[in-house]
Amino acid sequence: MQISGAQMVIEALIAEGVDTVFGYPGGAIMNVYDEIYKQDKFQHILTRHEQAAVHAAEGYSKASGKVGVSMITSGPGFTNAVTGLADAYMDSIPLVVISGQVPMSLIGTDAFQEIDAVGISRSCTKHNYLVTDAKDLPRILKEAFYIARTGRPGPVHVDIPKDVTAQVAEFDYDVELDLETYKPHVKGNPRQIKKAMEAIANAKRPLFYLGGGIINSNAAYEVRDLVHTTGIPAVETFMARGTLSYDDDLLIGMLGMHGSYAANMAMSETDLVIALGARFDDRVTGKLSEFAKNAAVIHVDIDPASISKLVNANYPIVGDVKNVVNEMLKLTSMVNSDNYEQWRETIENFAELHPLTFHEDTENIKPQWVVKRVGELLGDDANISTDVGQHQMWAAQFYPFTRPRQFVSSGGLGTMGFGFPAAMGVKAAVPEKTSINFTGDGSILMNCQELMTAVEKKLPVINIILNNNFLGMVRQWQTLFYDKRHSETDLSVQPDFVKLAEAFGGIGYRVTTKEEFDAALKEAVKKNIVAFIDVKVERFENVMPMVPSGGSLFNMMLLEKKESK
Amino acid sequence: MTDNTERRVVSVIVVNEASVLSRITDLFSGRGYNITSLTVAPIPESKYSRLTIVTSGSVRVIEQITKQLHKLIPVLRVYEHADLVEKEMALVKFPITENISDISAICNAYNGKIVNVGNDVIITMVADEPKRVDHYLQAIKKYNPKEIVRSGAVALER
Repeated sequence: MQISGAQMVIEALIAEGVDTVFGYPGGAIMNVYDEIYKQDKFQHILTRHEQAAVHAAEGYSKASGKVGVSMITSGPGFTNAVTGLADAYMDSIPLVVISGQVPMSLIGTDAFQEIDAVGISRSCTKHNYLVTDAKDLPRILKEAFYIARTGRPGPVHVDIPKDVTAQVAEFDYDVELDLETYKPHVKGNPRQIKKAMEAIANAKRPLFYLGGGIINSNAAYEVRDLVHTTGIPAVETFMARGTLSYDDDLLIGMLGMHGSYAANMAMSETDLVIALGARFDDRVTGKLSEFAKNAAVIHVDIDPASISKLVNANYPIVGDVKNVVNEMLKLTSMVNSDNYEQWRETIENFAELHPLTFHEDTENIKPQWVVKRVGELLGDDANISTDVGQHQMWAAQFYPFTRPRQFVSSGGLGTMGFGFPAAMGVKAAVPEKTSINFTGDGSILMNCQELMTAVEKKLPVINIILNNNFLGMVRQWQTLFYDKRHSETDLSVQPDFVKLAEAFGGIGYRVTTKEEFDAALKEAVKKNIVAFIDVKVERFENVMPMVPSGGSLFNMMLLEKKESK
Repeated sequence: MTDNTERRVVSVIVVNEASVLSRITDLFSGRGYNITSLTVAPIPESKYSRLTIVTSGSVRVIEQITKQLHKLIPVLRVYEHADLVEKEMALVKFPITENISDISAICNAYNGKIVNVGNDVIITMVADEPKRVDHYLQAIKKYNPKEIVRSGAVALER
């Protein structure tokens, strides 16, 4: 079938089963948008900024497990999208981002809205393409989707010059992929897996270290089986929240910089780390030389470059976590859960000694209370997204996650402005769940224009602004490590968030009491339109516990005991 | 990380396609790895090219370099050479007024010869192990070389 390059893009998306595309048109991509206008197989969601288009695709992908798609134009359209690409790359989110480019004859002439897009995206994508001939488009698009979703997932960028989208060529999407150089190793080595299981059987204080790769490979329920069958306690990374349900007896909590005392002490005391789809990020390990320093390490990861990158793995297993865990499950008869009874008791004692909690306040609303309260009111019925900052950590610490893909946040890159568009993507993917975005008074302003998208496309995200009139996390560091010099973090001058929401056709609530919060949340859920709930919270609350940057996990700053009155 | 830094030679077989060399060099610059020299040419009668990269780093860094290179989609194979034959070339331009027979004799000692004689200059070529090319360039200093150009290394496993 002879069709134009622009039509090929549409046909390829349909063949890939894409139901939602997030994007923003412009000169160089107009031929493709003209074809979008003519079709009715997938919906297009017009964001109000290209960065938001990519974040929304990320949220969609994280919540659904499918490849997210966004479409943008050349030059500034593309450069606006780079933050989203980098974010998806850091968090291994499968995306295909299609950008328009100036016509081939103008490439390299500093033409209007020209930028070396593939040159820019090379360092923040899993792979990228500049399409120079329409006859290559079917193969390239098929490869792009395949590369994005296989192996360690990631964003793939396809840059298409305008004349290529107009060019007519043969379209056959049933082509066999011939990627001789790309063969992800998905099956773990059986001998290594057996050795790892022997190490588990012989360990006295083994500990599961659960990472975001588990969510990416849809392995959470297999991991739950493995944890319960072996009776080995588990800590989760920020990216793995929801792998185990919050009320699971074997879940110690989140570890790392703002992890629980019990989780970090368990990691410090363990004699065998069983890392599944985790990459030993510096926010998790703290000081590397002190991290689990008496432990052997089993490391399961699909990315060979992640294994032994930071912490030497005694039992390296390259493979998809789901496959490897399924193989491990076949060997669990080697492991006797009773052997770890004493270890489980030790961990319980850690948890009792310094539980993850906060001090209630009768005068001010504590941000942690808000997170817990949303959990009590909505629980499993909500999907949770966050922006980046203190509110993000409180959400990860205190929300009662019950399932994988319930929590969507920017982990690796830490992108302020991620939350609202991502929550729209989540809502588009899972419309039956309430989509909550915990945000801060700093973060929300970075993509608040998406109010318009959410209103227009009926994506009723409830943005809960934990408003402390500060760039809270930076203020916390300034308080603790810069002698309270709060340089440029005071956000006392603010827009009226209620009016801002209303100006776009949404609904806004200003909340200063717990009763008002309950009423606002219930009404926002019931009204089912995009909302800002501006919650005035305690200004100087810190995220605790905390491991100072570069410190050891076992040397945590803990919540100060409340003075008795 | 107290590992010793060592000179290493890494060969990379890549698919011949647009911007593949940028992918390789971006990886090095983006991760702060060092490139001492880089040589690239197509492998005859194939769709691949071979890059020979001379780099340096600790065992851990070299391991990361090979793993990260292998992650790139167009990379077919990565070899980190241990026992290899390694050669490098240098072209040197001398004033014709220098002692040509002396220069010629030195070139011979380093697998080289005079490859061009002009009105004002002569050009010599040597092809030898990188260390020996260093020695050659030391030896010819007193003949006032006007220009020196070195290739990167090429290497094959024994």
